Amino acid sequence: MIHIATWKRVLVILVCVLGIVYAVPNLLPQDQVDEWSESLPSWLPVNQINLGLDLQGGSHLLLRVDYQSVIAERMEGIADEIRTQFRQEDIGFTGLEVGADGVALTVRDPAQAEAAAELIRAMDESVAVTIGEEGALSVAYTEAAVAEVQNNSVIQSIEIIRRRIDAFGTTEPVIQRQGDDRIVVQVPGAEDPEQIKNRLTTTARLTFHLIDQSTSVAEAQAGQVPAGSELLPSRELNEAGEPAGYYVVRRRVMVSGDTLTDAQPTFDQNNTPAVSFRFDSTGARRFADTTSENVGGLLAIVLDDEVISAPRINSPILGGQGIIEGGGFTVESANELAVLLRAGALPADIEVLEERTVGPGLGQDSIDAGRVAAVIGLVLVVVFIILVYGLFGVFAVIALAFNLAIIIAALTALQATLTLPGIAGIVLTVGMAVDANVLIFERIREEVRNGRSPISAIDAGYNRAFTTIIDSNLTTLIAAILLFSMGAGPVRGFSVTLSIGILSSMFTAIMVTRLFVVTWLLRTRPKVLNV
Amino acid sequence: MALFRFLNRIPHVPFLRFRRQAYTFSALLVAASIVATAVLGLNFGIDFRGGILIEVRDQSGAADIEEMRGQLGALGLGEVSLQEFGEPSDVLIRIQSQEGGEDANQQAIERVRETLGDGYDYRRTEAVGPTVGAELIEAGTLAVLLAIGAILIYIWARFEWQFGVCAVIALLHDVISTIGLFAIIQHEFNLATVAALLTIAGYSINDTVVVFDRVRENLRKYKRESMPQILERSLNETLSRTLMTSLTTLLALVALYFFGGAIIRDFAFALIWGIVIGTYSSIFVAVPALMQLNLRRPADKKEEAPAGP
Repeated sequence: MIHIATWKRVLVILVCVLGIVYAVPNLLPQDQVDEWSESLPSWLPVNQINLGLDLQGGSHLLLRVDYQSVIAERMEGIADEIRTQFRQEDIGFTGLEVGADGVALTVRDPAQAEAAAELIRAMDESVAVTIGEEGALSVAYTEAAVAEVQNNSVIQSIEIIRRRIDAFGTTEPVIQRQGDDRIVVQVPGAEDPEQIKNRLTTTARLTFHLIDQSTSVAEAQAGQVPAGSELLPSRELNEAGEPAGYYVVRRRVMVSGDTLTDAQPTFDQNNTPAVSFRFDSTGARRFADTTSENVGGLLAIVLDDEVISAPRINSPILGGQGIIEGGGFTVESANELAVLLRAGALPADIEVLEERTVGPGLGQDSIDAGRVAAVIGLVLVVVFIILVYGLFGVFAVIALAFNLAIIIAALTALQATLTLPGIAGIVLTVGMAVDANVLIFERIREEVRNGRSPISAIDAGYNRAFTTIIDSNLTTLIAAILLFSMGAGPVRGFSVTLSIGILSSMFTAIMVTRLFVVTWLLRTRPKVLNV
Repeated sequence: MALFRFLNRIPHVPFLRFRRQAYTFSALLVAASIVATAVLGLNFGIDFRGGILIEVRDQSGAADIEEMRGQLGALGLGEVSLQEFGEPSDVLIRIQSQEGGEDANQQAIERVRETLGDGYDYRRTEAVGPTVGAELIEAGTLAVLLAIGAILIYIWARFEWQFGVCAVIALLHDVISTIGLFAIIQHEFNLATVAALLTIAGYSINDTVVVFDRVRENLRKYKRESMPQILERSLNETLSRTLMTSLTTLLALVALYFFGGAIIRDFAFALIWGIVIGTYSSIFVAVPALMQLNLRRPADKKEEAPAGP
């Protein structure tokens, strides 16, 4: 143990130097580092530790894509098709019911059941139609089709959420799929978390419908909504926070927002905020057809089942462009709508399952408090160790300094995220890191008491403490790794720093301190050891 | 060289003589913890129970908690609790999980923001829906159980089975009494507390293993001594290391408790308790328990014998 192989010495020194090189950029202000990264050779590390959202401020959202709503909606569509097509084909049916995951109906003439089933299968390839007794039909998605809807909804939602968040221009958002139907979104440094949430959870489906002029709003409100129409509230709210009015809108979608190619905030002729839009060729043609065929009618602009406005069609609109006005837009809300329309509609409803948002003020306070606690903890431990162990204490303290550098370097190099509990993990490591040294020093003391010579005492001390250090640290490491696998947000940061801290304190105690002690021993050759 | 010497000689504390008192104390502690947890229940935070937590800072200085309580109480959001958090201007608002699906929490947050108005900075907003809350309970329980199991297996593989059992007894003692402490003082029990529990488990084992290691070594070294003598010798030989490590760790944790900020305080508190109880249990629970379990001297196994004379 007294003799340390040259390659080991080189390795130890190399690790320590690397530790310092990687750790240094973290001690400097960001602009200094930026300046460096331009002037220094590119192989030098200039990364800083990733701060968790709890330290730099930002929003963590766990979202669920409600793919069932997509299926329910498709079932609605199939039911509509059944109504029209069966009428055309002269297939009589009763008891048409639309549930959350299927449609049920009974064909009057059981002999027609097979033909009816064939007709339904042709409407949507993904459905399975089961024929029951006496012409009963039940329509549902196959398991594979449900899985596909789920998968596609999540993938599309991620894409659209990414576009919407990119519109903020913020740095490096994290958008990840989690499990079957969940999406994790982390937006650092968010100034207004409410806006982010609204932007992520608004479906933003824009559709154009004709207003049903065969009836009045009052009649519809009394419950007499004509078949194929529905009563929708206005998007604009009155002072009491209720919809300013209602519209009877035909269900049929004349043109849908997925044919938009662009949307921009603008002002109308009265100089109030509005949103201009442009269709692709398909949308433009449909829009032209609709407006040509319905001059004099009212065209409702509907966003997520709320009517923005319903202007009169004075003349055919052939250019494939238009403007959405009315609806009580402010400059911000017009801008927001333009962003949403450009990014596209979400394929399904999105629910917020979990939210953790930290404002920038609290983040900075936490960093400051963590820094103060770490420095004070460090000073206390250093003073105590030197008081108790004298020169050997100094060795341990130097090893502790390298230990900290290596922890910070490892966090930086791995681009792990430092959270507030992570800082707590580092402070805890500072306390526990001296443990391995203490084990060795106590062992050396004992051997000295047993009458061994300094060299032999140190040799035996390192040898005997070794297994104890491994055993005791591995058990703590087991706990730390399980903590990581439990994997909930900031707590994960704690387990990362704790694990790295355990490994690096084993390394520094066993290798680095030993290098110091052995070098000192061989140089001074003391007669008596004062551990 | 050193200014003062810490336990310069190997002490001769007759630890095992106090083992009846220690057993009584520990049994009472564990029993009280279980009763307290069953009767008082744990004050689960929103991580597990679901609900909303909002930390606000009054921009005009000291916050008027009574007025805020009145405003928010009128919203009909169920149980709403407010408390000063760290500074007079900072208030922590806790709102129970809202009925009516996952989006209900979000609507409640919006209403709170509308009601309180612009005079506050929203420093932190956390909302956990019912689904996630249930999942976190599961993950947390699983992590603690797995950790205990994995540690048991590790010790089993490295030592005689009696060591494994005693180490886990000491560990359960520490974990249960920490949970009991949280039930008695009704501090919030959240994800960070679970992290603290796992760290305490790790530390407790770490401490126990160091003593056990020495017991194992001394069993081979002092063949003529009786089991109690060997256990006592091992405890005394490792005593100065046990205390040193606990003290340095406590120093760091005390710094964290007082200067680490309000969010981390409960976490540091749990760990401080854990270190103290973990140190106690290694000495007074784990090692005496070894004696009760009829630990035998192992036959001389060469691969386990330490180097040296």
